[in-house]
This record gives sequence, structure tokens and C-alpha cells, in this order.
Amino acid sequence: MSDLKSGSNLEKVLNAGHFAFTGECGPPQGANVERLKEKIHHLKGCVDAVNITDNQTAVVRMSSWAASLVVLQEGLEPNFQMVCRDRNRLAIQSDILGIYAHGIRNILCLSGDHQRFGNHPGAKNVFDIDSMQLIHAVKTMRDEGTFLNGQDIDVPPELFIGAASNPFAEPFEFRVHRLAKKIAAGADFIQTQCIYNMDRFREFMKKVVDMGLHEKCYILAGVTPMKSVGMARYMAKQVPGMDVPDSIIKRLQGAGKGKVAGAGIKFAIEQIEEFKEMEGIAGVHLMAIEWEHRVPEIAELAGMLPRPKV
Amino acid sequence: MIVADRKSLNEILDMIKDLKNILIIGCKGCVTVCNVGGSKEVGILASILKIARKKEGHPLEVDEKILERQCDPEYIEQIKDQVEDYEAVISMACGVGPQFLSERYPGCRFFPALNTTFFGGAVQHGIWEERCAGCGTCVIHYFEGMCPIARCSKSLLNGPCGGSAGGKCEISKDVDCIWDMIVRKKMEQGRLDDLLEFMPAKDWTTSRDGGPRKSVREELVQ
Repeated sequence: MSDLKSGSNLEKVLNAGHFAFTGECGPPQGANVERLKEKIHHLKGCVDAVNITDNQTAVVRMSSWAASLVVLQEGLEPNFQMVCRDRNRLAIQSDILGIYAHGIRNILCLSGDHQRFGNHPGAKNVFDIDSMQLIHAVKTMRDEGTFLNGQDIDVPPELFIGAASNPFAEPFEFRVHRLAKKIAAGADFIQTQCIYNMDRFREFMKKVVDMGLHEKCYILAGVTPMKSVGMARYMAKQVPGMDVPDSIIKRLQGAGKGKVAGAGIKFAIEQIEEFKEMEGIAGVHLMAIEWEHRVPEIAELAGMLPRPKV
Repeated sequence: MIVADRKSLNEILDMIKDLKNILIIGCKGCVTVCNVGGSKEVGILASILKIARKKEGHPLEVDEKILERQCDPEYIEQIKDQVEDYEAVISMACGVGPQFLSERYPGCRFFPALNTTFFGGAVQHGIWEERCAGCGTCVIHYFEGMCPIARCSKSLLNGPCGGSAGGKCEISKDVDCIWDMIVRKKMEQGRLDDLLEFMPAKDWTTSRDGGPRKSVREELVQ
């Protein structure tokens, strides 16, 4: 992992051996650029790159490429998320060329939440290709300089290719193999699902390290601070593939009135401290959902500041 | 088989609201097997339509007929002396039936009484499930006899996605995660390595994406 593939800031930070720190921002449900800029403003200087979600939970928002451009204009590096739910292979490849042409250098390849969750449940989905095939497509475009049909690309997009991994979804035994498959398909970095069950994550990472996957790919551990007991309960019960142990909920409940958010942040910071020492972990992906203004504080408390300049 | 559900009574009543005499035609094929368009169901629909219209003070004459199949010109021919006696015909076949009828009898009106849903089978009495998406290039031999195109909500060829939990799909606890079943069967049979192979993007030209399809068997064409 020495030659730069994209030259993105995130890639350079990881390549130089720094512990990476990425953030996340959901585009507005409208064309409210000022609101987007305000959210981004909180993250500036605190993270190496910021994920821009792509109609997450199948709710219509400003397109991820457009919001990524705003992020870029604001002087922060976007990690452009792309899901397979809403685009066929024509749109996928053309959007990849488009974002690259505008200076975006990171892409996170996802299948996408099913539209039945979202605010347009009557929509037709696409799923022409899946996330694994999307990773492979971006790698083929970058390294072979060809489209999926084998035709040459006039200036291939040199992107840093990301993928997601959910160590907590089932079947648990297969998750590390699926991660290996994503790496083999072309993933340069991985951002995991939000981690709450640390025991299970340690077990997962042991398998990752035993298989040597951490040497082929940078793995960023996913952290989402809990804002309230209600949020923890919702994540535990309503979000598929999320593993929130009862002990976390009890810990938040025990914090007392007005102190739950602080307890949530404290747990997140403890996690980050452990991830810094955990073998195979190259950084943290902080998903502070609608809590961007608390990111500077979390970054500071977690000892992530200042971010390296590479 | 092709599985279907009957449309609501109100929807059917609305289709024929201005009509006075109709013919309901059932089909002895798939829809008889899935208990939605056979002679019994034709009889029930005829009765409830008549009762509903009588209540409205706007009586309806209904005749009943059952064909061997509505997807075969040979059987459709059997109603040629009868079909023009009615203002409209309600087909209780899958979506193929009313279309074949319309093509053969262009001067008549045909309405569908069913919503055609999927290719599947009965998993227990009264419950049918989807098994095939008719994609035109079968791949179930790669997946221990299970089809992720039809049975994974996202048609993933390299699943399972991160939404699989407790053997269920992220969209509903009533939907099994087929990828969970595929992985478990591969593990039981000691063939998990098969799933480490990257499955490339599917060529959808044989599916509906390639446009309306036609199957030509040269040896049978006269």
C-alpha cells in the first residue's frame, strides 16, 4: 500500500501511516445549500474527508455528487457515496466520470438501503449491479482504463475506492469472507457499520488480522455517538444489522437527566481510544448523525486534532 | 406456476359499472392450481357481482365459462360463437389471458379480474411464494438451488448485504434472507469457497431489460 492510486487527502493520510479520521454529512432534503455549508463548516479541519451520503435510508435528498461538489468548494475533501439502488451501469459509470472530472477523489461503493424504508416506497429500484460489482467496476475503470463493456476510457478516473463492512449482520461467520471478497474486488479502504458491541468487533478484527486483510486494505472503524436513550433503543430495534448491547442502553440510562448525550460522547471517545490501539484498524469513521456541531468537541477529546497535513 | 391474486370486488365492479351482461372466463392452468381463477372462483365472482349489482338496483347478467388454458389459441377459439353475445368479458387468467383474448377477438372488450404476481409455488396450503424472476439465464446452480435474483430484495449476486439479521431481510421480518440460506447451505455442504468467487455483473439482455421476449423453437414452427 505505497503507490498512490488517487492522491486524495484520505489516501495520503493513510498512506503516510497516520490514524485517519473521517466524518459524515447527509445532504439536505431540499436545495438548502446554506444549511449544507453550515454542517460542513463544523467538520472543516476536524476530519480528513467527509462522507456525503447518497439518499440514505432511501429518503430523497440533494444528490450526493452535487453535495460533494459543495463540500469540495468549501475546502473539505468529500468521500462521495454511491448506491446501486438508483442507477444502472450507464448512470453509475457516467456519474463516476463526472465526479472525477470535478475533482472528487474518494468513492464509497454501497448497495443502498431498500426503498421500502424510505419516503418513496412505491419507487422501482435498479440494482443492475451490486456493491461488489460496483467496487470492481470502479477498479476496472481506474486500473484497466476500460468501461464495464471493455471499451477504453478517454482519461480514466483515478479514485480511492471505499466499501462498507457490517461485522454485525448475519450470518456472522461469513462477514469476514465478504470483507475479503470486497478487498479482492478492489476496495482500498473499508468503513465499518457503527460499532457498539465491542466484544463482537474484537472477535471480527481478530479474524481480519489472522487472514491478513488489514495488510491489503485500510480499515476504518465506524463510530456513531448516541445522543439519547431513545436513539439507542431505535438503533437496537429498528435498524437492520445493528448490534446495540443492552449494557450500552443501561449505561446511557444511568447517566441521568441532561447527561445522556455526554455519556454517549464519552463512550464514543473510549471506543476511539481502543481503536487507536487495535491491530488492523487504520482510522475511525465518525458518523455523528445530525450532530455535526459536536464533531469538533469529539475530535478534540479523542485526541484527533490537529489533522495531519500531507 | 404463475401465481395471481384476485382484484378487489370494488375494482372489478368499477370496470363493469355501465355494463348489463358479461361473461366470466376462468382458466384451468396455473390460476386453477393457485385457487384464484378456476371454475370455483369463477362461480364465486359471478355470484358476488350479481348480488352487489342487485343491491345497487342495477342488475347484471353473468355467464360463466372455463377454458383449458387462455394462453393457447386452440382453446381460445372455443368461445368464438359466444363471445360477441356479451358487452364485455372478464378473464380470470393471468395477464396473458385477457391479452390473448383481445388479440383473437379485437371487436370485444376484455377486463382482467386478477393481478398477476409472480412465478412461484405453494409453500403450504393457501400460501404461495416467489421463486423465479424469469431473467432468462438461470444461475441457481451457483447458489445451491436458490435464486438471489428473484428472492433477494436487491437481487444481489454477491450477497448478503449488511441488512441481513436473524435470517430475515431488512425490508420485513416476514421475508427470509435468501442469502442467509445460501451461505448456511454452502457451509453445511463444505462449499463456502464457492461464495468467495466474484460473480460479475449480470447480462440482463435475456431478462425483460432486453425488451419484450420471444421464444422460437424452429423444429416446431410450421
